Formats: sequence, structure tokens, C-alpha cells
Amino acid sequence: MSANLSAIFYLISGILFILALRGLSSPETSRQGNLFGILGMIIAITVTFLSIENFSSGFIYVLIILLVGGSIGAFIAYKIPMTAMPELVAGFHSLVGLAAVFVAIAAFLNPEAFNLGSLGNIKLGSLIEMSIGATVGAITFSGSIIAFLKLQGIMSGAPITFKGQHFFNALILISIIILIYMLCITQSSNLFWFLLAVSFLIGFLIIIPIGGADMPVVISMLNSYSGWAAAGIGFTLENTALIITGALVGSSGAILSYIMCKGMNRSFFNVILGGFGAKDQSLNKQNKEKKPVKSGNAEDAAFLMKNASSVIIVPGYGMAVAQAQHALREMVDTLKKNNIKVSYAIHPVAGRMPGHMNVLLAEANVPYDEVFELENINNDFSNTDVSFVIGANDVTNPAAKTDTASPIYGMPVLDVEKCKSVLFVKRSLSPGYAGVDNELFYRDNTLMLFSDAKKMVEDITKALE
Amino acid sequence: MEIDPFIFRLSIFILSIFIGYYVVWSVTPSLHTPLMSVTNAISSVIIVGAIIAGLAGNSENVFNISSIFGFLAIFLAAINIFGGFLVTQRMLQMYKKKKKDK
Repeated sequence: MSANLSAIFYLISGILFILALRGLSSPETSRQGNLFGILGMIIAITVTFLSIENFSSGFIYVLIILLVGGSIGAFIAYKIPMTAMPELVAGFHSLVGLAAVFVAIAAFLNPEAFNLGSLGNIKLGSLIEMSIGATVGAITFSGSIIAFLKLQGIMSGAPITFKGQHFFNALILISIIILIYMLCITQSSNLFWFLLAVSFLIGFLIIIPIGGADMPVVISMLNSYSGWAAAGIGFTLENTALIITGALVGSSGAILSYIMCKGMNRSFFNVILGGFGAKDQSLNKQNKEKKPVKSGNAEDAAFLMKNASSVIIVPGYGMAVAQAQHALREMVDTLKKNNIKVSYAIHPVAGRMPGHMNVLLAEANVPYDEVFELENINNDFSNTDVSFVIGANDVTNPAAKTDTASPIYGMPVLDVEKCKSVLFVKRSLSPGYAGVDNELFYRDNTLMLFSDAKKMVEDITKALE
Repeated sequence: MEIDPFIFRLSIFILSIFIGYYVVWSVTPSLHTPLMSVTNAISSVIIVGAIIAGLAGNSENVFNISSIFGFLAIFLAAINIFGGFLVTQRMLQMYKKKKKDK
């Protein structure tokens, strides 16, 4: 196959990838979009095989490896529980990053295969593109590994900080630029390995100071990086499909990071520099014990909801941890049988990744047209009887609107306190991840339900029947 | 004077960023998780580079150091492609509308 013809096919697969993302604008078109994506991938892989004219016996190995890797991927895709989606995505990002690094290494060691010159005499432009691709890939890999370990709970979600951290990181970033510059002058393979090692290190160092609840930003950011890494390799290989895809994924991740930061009213740099909420905890402890709290049991909650005509459910990360989504939907089914109108309100940063709650509710067969984003439902709280907060905390804190001293001041929150009554399912009165006490707990119209989320919901369902 | 082909690739790249920007803003927030998994799957198109690297060895010497890195990259990207697309499909199957009849 001629180079021009394959370039056209790569362009087609790039366009199919655009259509795959376009499909996600609504759930109806999304499945078709995914098929476009699969088709684009099949075209890209087939064209690559056809464009290599002298097939060595390596072909058979490529097929075997493709099938083995594919089966592992398929197995994971079918086995993974929906609550583990953030870990899965972080894990997959690390694979893309590492694959980019490996391709860059292969291209560096055997530039003839890619028409980039010869070993020790690689074209300058290609060498720059290759080192950028490899660097970003390595950062994506080690950063995603840390994100994965934090999400999986293997590593503590608490921010890890040390003195001079930012200075040290800045030093490493500068040294990466110097290393790339020197690599281009000397073409030395030792420098190339050293560059990779330093890039792995900085990926690791960037993510460790970021706390568990900031993971939505981190995952989106790493998503973006994996795209830029792919684009860097795309420039090296002069491959249109890879350049288009890299740009799409890169901007997609960047937009998601922006949306997540906005959902927390924090700047991107504020999140990346890390260490959120560590200082304010002591301040809040002093006046915590004094305020009275109303608490109730499942029967009280059932009574309140049975006499309501409308209920809004506010799910958060705690629902995912307790795996309460199915039990919750059963409770809602019972409410609906009593002719109570139920809808769901989702805060942009609820959960550990963008859209996390929506997937869990979809898994529990909640129709997506009952689930609303913050800006579409926030006005409805004032004419709703009961809001049922399950596993969310900071995103409901009215202090974000009134208390300028609060670390979460200015963050958009769900106006649950405007409901006639608020039911708040929680294990204890402990503050949320921001270390901020939630004013909502002490309001007159709030009833605290201290229990495991899943058990409480099941008990309420029983009491309703 | 001729234009360097790099400029053409750069043009494609920048225009694609703009396309990505507008397309992603139109993605409904409830599908942000599938968006991440599908972007993850398509970025594994990096496998095309891996295949070229893997097949670069000659017939007598299939496994030289460069092709081994190619094979490893094929393996990683394959996990991602199948895993990414299938898990996206699995998620998207779950998004259902309210049934009209009760």
C-alpha cells in the first residue's frame, strides 16, 4: 500500500474517532459513536499491517501478542465492578503512557524502521518530538500508577508533602528541558535513558501531594497527558491518525480538568500544588461539640418521605464506597409506588472521577432523564419536601455560600438546605475531605441518619412497605 | 520556498485541538466517565507505532532490542484498546430512558 493511500486511511480513522466523541453528546447516539471508534481502530491497525511490505515472521508474534493483550483487556472490561471505574481508568492511562515510552525507545534504538535517520544520527525534529512524547508518556505512566494506588486504597489518599517540594519539582522540570536540549546536541543514548528516569520520577512527585478527593482533577489531567504523549509520538511517526487522536484526547482531558476545578472553585495550580485542608482542621474542632444535632432512625426517615410529595436524592462518593446504588434504587421504586416524585441531583465533583455517580446510577437502572446536573436542579430544592443526602458532604455545605473564611467558600454547592427537610445519611459527624465542618448538620430542618449508607437505605425501604 | 511537511502536521494538530474543544464541550456531563474510557481506548492508536517497531526486525532476527520494545508496546496498547472500548460499551448499555408504560 502506498504511503499516500495509507495516509488517507489514517485520516479516515481520525475522523471516525472524532465521531466517536461526538456521539457522546447524548446517550442515544453514544453507542453508535463507540462503534465508530472501534471501526476507526480496526482501519488504523489493518492499514498499518498492509503498509509494511516485507513481512518478517514477526507478523505471527504481533498477532499472538495482540490477541493475548486483547483477551486480558476484554476480561478486565467484563469483570470490573462499576464502582472501580476510577481505578480502571487510571490503570489504563498508565498503560497508554508506558506504551508511548516503549514506542519512543524503539524509535530511538532503530530509527531506520521509521525513516528517521540512523542510530546516533536521528533527524533533529524527530528527536525533539520523540523526547517530548517519551517524557510526557513517562510522566503519565508514573503519575497514573500513583493515582491508581491512591484510588485503590493501597496507598493512603492523604497528601504527601515535604519541605522544598515545589522547588525540587521545579528543578526537575528545568533539568528535563536541559536534558532534551543536550540529547539533541549529543544524540547520546545514556542521556535518553536518564531523561526517561527523571520523567518517571517527576510523574511520581507531581501526584503524591494531591489528596484522594482531588482525584477527579488528577484523572482528567492524566487523561490529557496521555493524549499529548500520543500526539508527540504521532509527530515522530508522521502519522495523522495519531496526531488527531492525541489532540482530541489532550483537549478532552484538559476540558474535564477545567470543569472539575470549577466544580471546586479552585484554580488548577491550587489543586496541583496540593495539600488541601491540612491547616484548617484544628480551627473547626473547638466549637464542634457544642452544637446540638437531631438524629433519627429509618422509621423517622420513612415517615418523612412517605408524607412528602417530592424527594431529591443527592448521592456522593460514600454511596460508591457502600455500594448502595442498587438498594437506593429499590427505595426510590417504593417511593414512586406511593406517587412521590423523585429526582437525583449530581454535583460536578461528586465521586472520584467525572460522571462517576451517573454511571453508578445507570448501573442500578436509574433512567438517565431522572438524573440532573447541579445547574439544572438547584432551583428546585426550594419547592421540594425532602432531600436525601447519601454519601455526599462538602458539596452540600451552605458555608460555601456565606462563610468567607471557609476553605470551600465560593465552591458551587447544592442548595439542599432550602428543602422543607433534609435527611443526611452518614456514618458519623466527621468532616468531609476538605476538613470543614458541615453547617447543614446543625440546621433545624436536618435529620441525621447515622448508619452505613446501604443498610440505612434497606431499612428505610422496609419501613416504607 | 517549500513549506516543511512539519507545518502541515502542526496544522492538523492545532485544528484537531479546536475540534476536540468544541466536540468535548458538547458531551453531556452524565457521560463524562464513558468519555474518559473511550478517549483512553482511542489514544491506544499508538499501537500503529508499536506494530511498525515490532515488525522492524528481519526474518533471521525477529527479536532485536528495538522490536522487543515494540512487542511490549503492542501488548500494553492491545489491553487498552479491547478493555477501553468494551468497558465503554458496557457502560453505555446501562444508560436507559424512563419507560413510558408503568
